Amino acid sequence: MADTDLTAPSRWRALADTPTALALQTFARDRVAVAASAVFLVIVCAALLAPVIAPQDPYDLTSIDILDARLPPGAGGWQGNAYLLGTDGQGRDMLSAILYGLRTSLFVALVSGAVALGIGMTAGLTAAYAGGRTDALLMRIVDIQLSFPTILIALVMLSLLGRGIDKVIAALVFVQWAYYARTVRGAALSELSREYIEAARCLALSRRVILFSHLMPNALPPVIVVATMQIASAIAVEATLSFLGLGLPVTEPSLGLLISNGFDVMMSGYYWISIFPGLALLVLVMAVNLMGDGLRDALNPRGRG
Amino acid sequence: MTAFILRRFFQAALVVLIMSFLVFIGVFAVGDPIELLVSPDATQIEIEEARVALGLDRPILGQYWLFLKNAAQGDLGRSFVYNEPALGLVLARLPATAELALTAMVLGLAIGVPLGTYAGLHPDRPLSRIVMAGSVFGFSVPSFWIGIMLILVFAVTLGWLPATGRGETGTILGIETSLATWDGLRHIALPAINIAIFKFAVSVRMVRAGMREVAGQEFVRYARAKGLSEARITWVYAFRHVAIPLITVLAMELGSVLAFAVVTETIFAWPGMGKLIIDSINQLDRPVVVAYLMITVMIFVGLNLLADLSYAVLDPRLRQREGA
Repeated sequence: MADTDLTAPSRWRALADTPTALALQTFARDRVAVAASAVFLVIVCAALLAPVIAPQDPYDLTSIDILDARLPPGAGGWQGNAYLLGTDGQGRDMLSAILYGLRTSLFVALVSGAVALGIGMTAGLTAAYAGGRTDALLMRIVDIQLSFPTILIALVMLSLLGRGIDKVIAALVFVQWAYYARTVRGAALSELSREYIEAARCLALSRRVILFSHLMPNALPPVIVVATMQIASAIAVEATLSFLGLGLPVTEPSLGLLISNGFDVMMSGYYWISIFPGLALLVLVMAVNLMGDGLRDALNPRGRG
Repeated sequence: MTAFILRRFFQAALVVLIMSFLVFIGVFAVGDPIELLVSPDATQIEIEEARVALGLDRPILGQYWLFLKNAAQGDLGRSFVYNEPALGLVLARLPATAELALTAMVLGLAIGVPLGTYAGLHPDRPLSRIVMAGSVFGFSVPSFWIGIMLILVFAVTLGWLPATGRGETGTILGIETSLATWDGLRHIALPAINIAIFKFAVSVRMVRAGMREVAGQEFVRYARAKGLSEARITWVYAFRHVAIPLITVLAMELGSVLAFAVVTETIFAWPGMGKLIIDSINQLDRPVVVAYLMITVMIFVGLNLLADLSYAVLDPRLRQREGA
């Protein structure tokens, strides 16, 4: 990327000076972050394409053979088909179960992240722009909520709401919005004193236009970093809740539930039922976090160079 | 200073009150526990009698008022399942959780603070890079997964340490604890390491960031120019500045150990509060859930209050400003 910038026509050179391009260049130079992004992309593609690439539909009972239960990795089924990562107690192909589990985990994390971002951003921008009592009240709520650990709040929410994918998403939105609200408020406050906001105010633009068209794009960089970290955290929290038996129902097994199923028989030596979904979860969460680390370095001008 | 302390106390009390209301209303929304408590062939009259006996026939606000009045006297209701006072039931499990939490905390800090200091003072050395990579691993990987790996490696494969239960307990200073016997220590090792890994990750990052910031400041250079020893500069001059954010985070982390204990205790079958709450949620044992949540809220608010107050002690600037 750095090479093309040097030889590119002037039109591109001008573009290369924008903050976005600078951030992208920094990011591209960070080998760990680029590798993490590649891994993340591969996982997302694998999850999206699960119905196509999975050897078996793990929820289609007719394609599962109980005679193949708990086969070790690489073993062949009695019908001659091979199970790369072994099978679980019902004879389900672990590779397929993991691919479908990734789908569920990613879906829950991304949807809850998006909703929480929407709510948190609105709350944060409102607090920053309105100031005074609105700000004090909103931030007090955020402070109190953030003083309790995520997993505890989610646990309580789910113990009240019951199981289900919609309830897990609701609980995750509830625990995440405050992080976004605080980040957005902080970023917005430092932007509000800038001249372009004053200019927009002088033009008598409506509050909504100033907030969402002028302020928001400029307050975005720290929010992107927090969003990445929050998605990693949401994946981990959802897996933990499902592992504890409070998250997703058995009909939509996410990685956490797969690990939990395997944990019950791990002591008997069937290590692969728990380990492979665990590894998938590990790689996914690490990839997202390392990506977030790279983004933070790239988007923070002080850390550049 | 007094005004500062009073204001914090008042705020803390308000938070506890609000939380008690939210907890009560929230828990009230859980399914009807009566169905679990009476035998399936109970008559309608028997059901109603049980409802009245448990106070479940009153309106929500009436129940809340009753709850508050009783709570003020230390009575948080009787467990539906064990038919014992809920508060006593939770408190009986507190020592097991506290011992696990404190052991993990001490372990995490004992490793995290020196390594974080080292990484902050020498950010480019190979050991620092390894430590930082380890800390990313430690806080991004879900703790239940680390717990499973610990069991798989040390209990199942190597067979070195037991994976479930608290083991034999002994008494130190009148407190029954696993730390008193060799068997107990062997039992606490894995769950404590499980939680400590996360604490290690958090403290390393905090201390490293703090040290890096402080190391470049003028008073550190001045101390060095005066010819003070590196050890004195690091631990007496620089570390004081790192200690302030560290203490807040630690107070909150000690609280969050309680939350992590829920997960760790479930994996390692550790008979503490965390395992109790999961069991109680599944059994719709409302009073125990309420008692657990109230105790947790109090511990949290208390720790935050302590952190705020310790600020004032550690940071003279704050003391002066608040006093003015």
